[in-house]
Amino acid sequence: MRVHFKTSYNQDIRLFEDKWTLFVYSLLIILSFLMPYILDVFYLGEMTNVLIWAIAGLGLMLLTGHTGQASLGHAAFLALGCYSYAILVQKGVPFLIAFPLSSVITGVVGMIVAIPALRLRGIYLAIATLAMSILVDDVIVLAEPFTGGVSGIFSEPIFLFGMEIDRWGTPIAFYYVALVTIIIVTFGYANIMRSPLGRSFVAVRDSEVSAQAMGVNIARTKMISFGLSCAITGLAGALMGLFAGIFNNETFSVVISIQLLMMIVIGGLGSIHGAFFGAIIIGFLPQFLSISKEYVGDFIGGSAVAIPGLEFGVFGMILIAFIMFEPNGIYGRWVKIRTWFELFPFYRKGMFKRQKSFLKTERLQ
Amino acid sequence: MSLLEFENVTLRFGGVIAVNDLSFSVKKGEVFALVGPNGAGKSTAFNLISRFYQPTAGQIHFDGHDLLSHKASDVAALGIARTFQNNELFDHSTVLQNLLIGRHRHRKTNFLAEIFFTPSVRKAEIQNREMVEEIIEFLDLQPYRDKMIAGLPYGVRKVVELGRALATGPKMLMLDEPASGLSVEETTDMRWWIDDIRRQMGITVLMVEHDMGLVSNVSDRVLALADGSKLAQGTPAEVQTDPAVLKAYLGEVA
Ligand SMILES: Nc1ncnc2c1ncn2[C@@H]1O[C@H](COP(=O)(O)OP(=O)(O)O)[C@@H](O)[C@H]1O
Ligand SMILES: [Mg+2]
Repeated sequence: MRVHFKTSYNQDIRLFEDKWTLFVYSLLIILSFLMPYILDVFYLGEMTNVLIWAIAGLGLMLLTGHTGQASLGHAAFLALGCYSYAILVQKGVPFLIAFPLSSVITGVVGMIVAIPALRLRGIYLAIATLAMSILVDDVIVLAEPFTGGVSGIFSEPIFLFGMEIDRWGTPIAFYYVALVTIIIVTFGYANIMRSPLGRSFVAVRDSEVSAQAMGVNIARTKMISFGLSCAITGLAGALMGLFAGIFNNETFSVVISIQLLMMIVIGGLGSIHGAFFGAIIIGFLPQFLSISKEYVGDFIGGSAVAIPGLEFGVFGMILIAFIMFEPNGIYGRWVKIRTWFELFPFYRKGMFKRQKSFLKTERLQ
Repeated sequence: MSLLEFENVTLRFGGVIAVNDLSFSVKKGEVFALVGPNGAGKSTAFNLISRFYQPTAGQIHFDGHDLLSHKASDVAALGIARTFQNNELFDHSTVLQNLLIGRHRHRKTNFLAEIFFTPSVRKAEIQNREMVEEIIEFLDLQPYRDKMIAGLPYGVRKVVELGRALATGPKMLMLDEPASGLSVEETTDMRWWIDDIRRQMGITVLMVEHDMGLVSNVSDRVLALADGSKLAQGTPAEVQTDPAVLKAYLGEVA
């Protein structure tokens, strides 16, 4: 059993609750830096993909999980980040400027989009952002001179410190680009959550009326949340473009928006961990399914079976199962398991009973 | 000297007149109670002060400011804090985090500094926490400090809401039915807290309450409302024996 004693204010503000937590997370970071020496090239590529999805998940988590604004339009911001980065690089802007700049561009556009979207709530906001996601396809086709339209464009390899980095040629270096990005984003995110800004996000999510009575400007808070969320999503988009190499109007379809939202719900809304857990599921599900398809194929005597839409269907079923049995997502389940160990042998059944409530986001108000 | 002033305030919701040509003033440092049957317009008066509703007619002044020229989110900055009749807490946060949101109106850092958690952000956070720990101490909330609101009993939530309002460091505290749903012991605690808030912290209290025992114990003056209009005003004893008030209450019972 572990007991926390608090002796100073600084202790409550710390990113890591105690020395043990600091140790665990340091170990995790060291381990992720050692991944290229542990995994083969194929799985390192999968890992990179998971990291990129997790960055996108963090972007949406800020808006949906922490501020309570559902968005089914985040694929549009992935696209914006991806295209603005690729176009900037084509124009000769170096990586270290183009990458953050594409994030700023996406963030500013997100903030502008937020102005009309702010008038909408819950399901209406979801529908409006969904419409945006659908529109983006046409916009990319119409803006052909910049975007290459249906034939798409190509994201050039990164030039950094005299090195050429791309997913196929230098998978290890590319993995590190994604890893460093996610570490920076996560630290910034965790800092926000221990500051007044993060608290105002949560306040807006849980009760707009009392947030206002506490002096929180609802419209401004939602705008900042949209902006920061899109800025993070833009980074993920730029990396997705680099990962895919070539992309066109169909790369960032509505399906991606939906997948992203499902991912953070399964991972656990309202927690930074949730974005990571969700990304692991979404990243490894196709692998898991193709392996199990082979088994099923062997079992029924044929070769691998092809079932169209299987991946998405399984994903949907997992989502439904989580909403029914574990509305707090994988993170919620993990907290229970951790508590069980921390309190061992004093855990009481039903300890979490009262907490089985839904975030307002999930109810779509 | 009066801190809050209502001048001929009227609010209509379609055909319903929720507040009808209401005038009253709350003096600095007093405990002022609004009483009246359900639907009298008491909570609506609070919501007018919070700027959730725009009055159909009339003026509201607070501490020399024209309240009606302020947005709802700027009311806290003037020094007005409140609780809600049906708890409006941030359910998926801990007690500590709820109280910290009360400090929001004192925020001096911008979001960029907060992303990097600069030393100035840290300093401000430590100050916020010092204030909040005092309130936790004052309201005996230590056992619940790191607990989620969603799992707390009703009585504790009411106290947390009081704490969150106090954390804003207000000049005037508005309490909407602070004792409703509380046990006898909890109501007694509430009584002493309201006394301390007024006497030690020097905060003016405007409250809505049905428990006449509590009202007579803590308040200096009482305003009785019915159907949005003023029925009587005076000391608790005067109002309780006022013929119009008795009629309104008996009328409700009958
Ligand atoms: N948002 C609203 N829309 C329409 N009518 C309302 C609204 N808020 C309050 N009312 C009406 O105004 C009257 C006063 O309500 P309220 O102030 O809540 O009474 P109470 O004195 O019990 O707190 C009631 O008739 C109520 O139905
Ligand atoms: Mg009321």
